[in-house]
Amino acid sequence: MSAPLLTIEDVAVELPTPRGNLRAVDHVDLSLEAGRTLGIVGESGCGKTMLSRAVLQLLPKKAKLTGRVMFDGQDLVRLPSESLRRLRGRDLAVVFQDPMTSLNPVLTIGTQLMETIQEHLELDAPAARKRSIELLAAVGIPAPEQRLAQYPHQCSGGMRQRIAIAIALSCEPKLLIADEPTTALDVTIQAQILDLLAREQRRRHMAMIIITHDLGVVAGRADEVAVMYAGRVVERAPTQALFKRMHMPYSEALLAAIPKLETAPHTPLPAISGRPPDPTRPLKGCSFAPRCRYAASRCHEAKPDLKSAEMPDHLYACFYPIQMAEGIGA
Amino acid sequence: MLNFVVRRLLAILPVLLAVSLLTFLIASLLPGDLAYVILGDQATPENVAALRRDMGLDQPLWWRYLSWLGHVLQGDLGRSFRTGQTVLQAVAERIPVSLELMLMAEFIGLLIGVPVAIACAARAGGAFDRFMTGSAFAMLSMPSFLVAILLIYLFAVELHWLPATGYVPFTEAPLANLRFFVLPALTLALAEWPGIMRVLRSDMIATLQEDYIALAKAKGLKPARILFVHALKPSSLTLVTVTGINIGRLLGGTLIVESIFALPGIGRLLVGAIYTRDLVILQGVVLLVACGFVIVNFIVDMLYAVLDPRIRHGHA
Repeated sequence: MSAPLLTIEDVAVELPTPRGNLRAVDHVDLSLEAGRTLGIVGESGCGKTMLSRAVLQLLPKKAKLTGRVMFDGQDLVRLPSESLRRLRGRDLAVVFQDPMTSLNPVLTIGTQLMETIQEHLELDAPAARKRSIELLAAVGIPAPEQRLAQYPHQCSGGMRQRIAIAIALSCEPKLLIADEPTTALDVTIQAQILDLLAREQRRRHMAMIIITHDLGVVAGRADEVAVMYAGRVVERAPTQALFKRMHMPYSEALLAAIPKLETAPHTPLPAISGRPPDPTRPLKGCSFAPRCRYAASRCHEAKPDLKSAEMPDHLYACFYPIQMAEGIGA
Repeated sequence: MLNFVVRRLLAILPVLLAVSLLTFLIASLLPGDLAYVILGDQATPENVAALRRDMGLDQPLWWRYLSWLGHVLQGDLGRSFRTGQTVLQAVAERIPVSLELMLMAEFIGLLIGVPVAIACAARAGGAFDRFMTGSAFAMLSMPSFLVAILLIYLFAVELHWLPATGYVPFTEAPLANLRFFVLPALTLALAEWPGIMRVLRSDMIATLQEDYIALAKAKGLKPARILFVHALKPSSLTLVTVTGINIGRLLGGTLIVESIFALPGIGRLLVGAIYTRDLVILQGVVLLVACGFVIVNFIVDMLYAVLDPRIRHGHA
């Protein structure tokens, strides 16, 4: 096993709000090796985007970040801003959720691609232009040369997300963070974009973090999945192991909330009842306990640690893990 | 794009018509009969009636408006009954002064306002931002005559750096001409920059929250490029509007500043016309100034399209 490309160590993010400090990310540990894919799954407000912004060092100014983010041997949290700037866009790239707002409306697509290339690679304008055209072609944009002179509003949503991906790929990053890359897109486009990301990842041998609320998105695409709830990682396992047996009731509930083809029409979806806890008022016990149908009194008293049981790489934070495989009792 | 220009031009026509009607009504509905003004207190009723007939003042209002508009459309805005000068001559003589004053004031205003706004927005809520926002507010609440007097006191009376009042044409003595303009332009600019700064600052702060700025940071672009290329352009629409309105307003001359600094511009021409009840000049000058204002705003609309491609392509 090689040394991980990215190690998130005990990262916590607190945001001051009028109602007190909001703990958006609550002491998360994660690691990712070069060329591998990590899926981070959780519902809105679980802290998955804040965690990705913590890695990118793009948190709101008032946010307080503790812990370490080791990337390629450097702690991004303590890196001077100029070194960080040289790293971003070159080794560390990101694709945001909404391609309608993530591209600058007043700059041409060519400008937005070429400025990244010219900032980090020593290429003159014609070479950067040539590379931009290649990149656009690689992400499946027809007539890439004409696109360079166009503005984002002249492209469809799917097209814009492809352009955003081309920008992210432009300097051959070691790590690509895709923050809900398909949430804002039509269903028909979603699979195309995810396949594009997977293909380019394999081709360029880069590591990737896919952040999503949809377990289905990571199912066939991530090597490892981390399920987040209320700022914490509550279950973490290799993708196959996770889908084979989920130990944390929240993961199970997330999976159950995905509509299935075989379900009869008009069957209500098993939605997760209740709402996530108020992040400004941390609970004493397990943060999922109030919504958990398996919760016992112990769950309200103490927080379960993230630990493994029978499989060393399958971690979960639950006192009463559910076991889907036969023969293992609770 | 051409379509956009034509649409904008067509939209101007009714505005210009309304402007002409309003200027005509303002001048015509002022109390006091023009014939009495011209003839003075020695006028006999017969003289007055004859003059009114000569000038068409006995005609109904709508007829007088149409015949005035007809003349205006042929380029004849009338002539002063006092000096015999036509409106166009009078304006042509004064406009270089107001134009120069406007350009200098707007230039200084932008020179102060834009960098301050960018610096404030880059560190919104910081010490510099709070200090400059406070200063801008203080400046905004100072009347221009007070600023003018303070500037004259400081730079003309105490330091003897600049002349307090006066004017020479640029063609005669360029340097002396510029020296005469510094204080009046500065007076206006000190009132202009707070508006420029506040508008651009708040737009910049909003723009800096945008996703595409976060992406620009994530792309590892230099902070200066993010501020000036990615944030300034999409934030400058309101700034262009405000600058356009300022230019339009200053184009019409500035009554107070031109009077204090004895600059023979449009403002002084208007004041003179009001004092002497020279209604033909008043009406003509107001019409021309209003047209200038409309044209400047048309240019502002065109600038929007330059700044924002979505407007150019009819998406917004």
